[in-house]
Amino acid sequence: MGTTDTQRSGAQVSQLSGAVLELRGAAVAVGGRRLWSGVDLTVRPGEFVAILGPNGVGKSTMIKVLLGTLPVAAGQVSVLGERPGGAGDQIGYLPQRRNFDGSLRIRGVDLVRLGLDGDRWGVPLPFASRLSARHRAAEARVREVIELVGASSYADRPIGECSGGEQQRLLIAQALVRRPRLLLLDEPLDSLDLPNQAGVAALIHRICRHEEVAVVMVAHDVNPILSYLDRVVYIVSGGAASGPAEEVITSETLTRLYGTPVEVLRTADGRLVVVGGPEAPALHSDRHHSGHAHDHAHAASAPAPRGLGRQVRRR
Amino acid sequence: MNPQFSWNLITDVQWLWSVPSVLNAYRAGVVVAVLAGVVGWFMVLRRQTFAGHSIAVTGFPGAAAAVYAGLSATLGYFGFCVGAALVIAYYTRGSGSGDTVGERAHSSALIAVVQAFALALGALFLQLYGGFLNSTADFLFGNFLGITSTDVLVLVLVAVVVLTVMAAIGRRMLFVSIDPAVAAARGVPVRALNALFLVLLGATVAEVSQFTGSLLVFALLVMPAATAQVLTVKPALGLAISVVIGVLATWIGLAWAFFGNQGTGFTITTLAFGCYLLALLVRALRTRPRAAPTATHGGVLEGTS
Repeated sequence: MGTTDTQRSGAQVSQLSGAVLELRGAAVAVGGRRLWSGVDLTVRPGEFVAILGPNGVGKSTMIKVLLGTLPVAAGQVSVLGERPGGAGDQIGYLPQRRNFDGSLRIRGVDLVRLGLDGDRWGVPLPFASRLSARHRAAEARVREVIELVGASSYADRPIGECSGGEQQRLLIAQALVRRPRLLLLDEPLDSLDLPNQAGVAALIHRICRHEEVAVVMVAHDVNPILSYLDRVVYIVSGGAASGPAEEVITSETLTRLYGTPVEVLRTADGRLVVVGGPEAPALHSDRHHSGHAHDHAHAASAPAPRGLGRQVRRR
Repeated sequence: MNPQFSWNLITDVQWLWSVPSVLNAYRAGVVVAVLAGVVGWFMVLRRQTFAGHSIAVTGFPGAAAAVYAGLSATLGYFGFCVGAALVIAYYTRGSGSGDTVGERAHSSALIAVVQAFALALGALFLQLYGGFLNSTADFLFGNFLGITSTDVLVLVLVAVVVLTVMAAIGRRMLFVSIDPAVAAARGVPVRALNALFLVLLGATVAEVSQFTGSLLVFALLVMPAATAQVLTVKPALGLAISVVIGVLATWIGLAWAFFGNQGTGFTITTLAFGCYLLALLVRALRTRPRAAPTATHGGVLEGTS
């Protein structure tokens, strides 16, 4: 793989009506049990889409379908103009929370490098970069993408000694290093503290816009990314709805989806509050109460569907 | 037969290498140490030392059975070690991606079962064979003087095959070992590589076993690799350090064994163990001045007590 500088050209993107991702009536079953069905979604280059929904509903399964590691039970899925799994080298993938063992003796920079050429045959030669321009370019690309995610100061430390936020930035760098056209992120903000959540969300948005990468992100808390989203897919067990956030996150849509009264309220300052829903959530926001304490005032008495957080900020 | 050790190292080496069986031991030692250094580095990285140990233990009944059946012990080592690797690979194949730590934890019980039964089988074959307790000690703790030129040839051939395969799949193996989920998404055949590694490990263990015996395989398979991973986080440098330590421990250990009239198992293991302790000491000394993790590389923060 020549170092990807030409991989994502405008011409390639425009094929197939410009869609990076297309799902039509998609459904998936795991072990004979249908997790979700009726998902329609089109994602274009540079768009930022979130997959929302309660826990255990199959949000990560959606990513697996897009990667081609799990077949669809019904409907059609096209990823970068091919069937899922056919365009794997143009997809950046960030699996759900990987914890690198504290004793893993591998540097962050090696991990990012594996994202670039880890699927190639042969062995990395120690002094190759001094001899070949291709290796120099690869090294430059690795440094560039580490710089992009702001991980330069700790990329040479063993990955196991990095904090959760640092690891996550390095993993995003790894997913980005090949200049993918589609980025599939599975709960990238999970287990980060609030400043890191905001920082990583802003980083992903910046990449999405500037590098024209389509981003599909699984999230159980939409708050940190809401202002960046072009579209959301809201999955509940059995059904799904997709569209712009302001159309999906409404009383009507969520009531229809859950089959039980759910209200989306608008506060005086224009924010949305979701009330009701069948699942009493463990208050996910508990762990980052700093600065958002006022948001939870109502949450204890009015459980909201997990996946929206308690509050939805409206622009 | 037993020469005196002199401080003139050149004459010592000349003397050692003039004895054919010792020369063969040196040849075998360098082959085994290089192979074990490379494969062992990956094994330590992949946290598969327990699997490696179990494979080594199955080499013992393998050798005993082969000798009982009138075949060469080499055949028994390779047959049983690679066979055990295949069994472990089959039963621990898992999903091929995702939480490999969990998978490996789950598989450890099975590996232990294989290991216990292997030891029992070894005892059985020795009993059937009746006598020759010497060979028991050889199988368990190694006997370098028994290595023939044919043995060396077999060792070289197997090492070349294993190292060639490792060179071909090295980068992918690193990817799969560290980050299986992303590797799988990139189209790297995770399951096949995991199984292949166990087979390569089986062949390596069979080689090392003939040299160090089944119980002291780790002297060359784990100790140099673990030492290297203490000293550096760079893969290429780590592999090099692992190989160098293995070769040095083997060569010096052989001389020590010969002049000091000790078993090679003891001398080589002791040297490798000493290297590991030294590495821990070096790391402790190196990391103490850099108490602050944000310190720049090479920049020494003073007074951080």
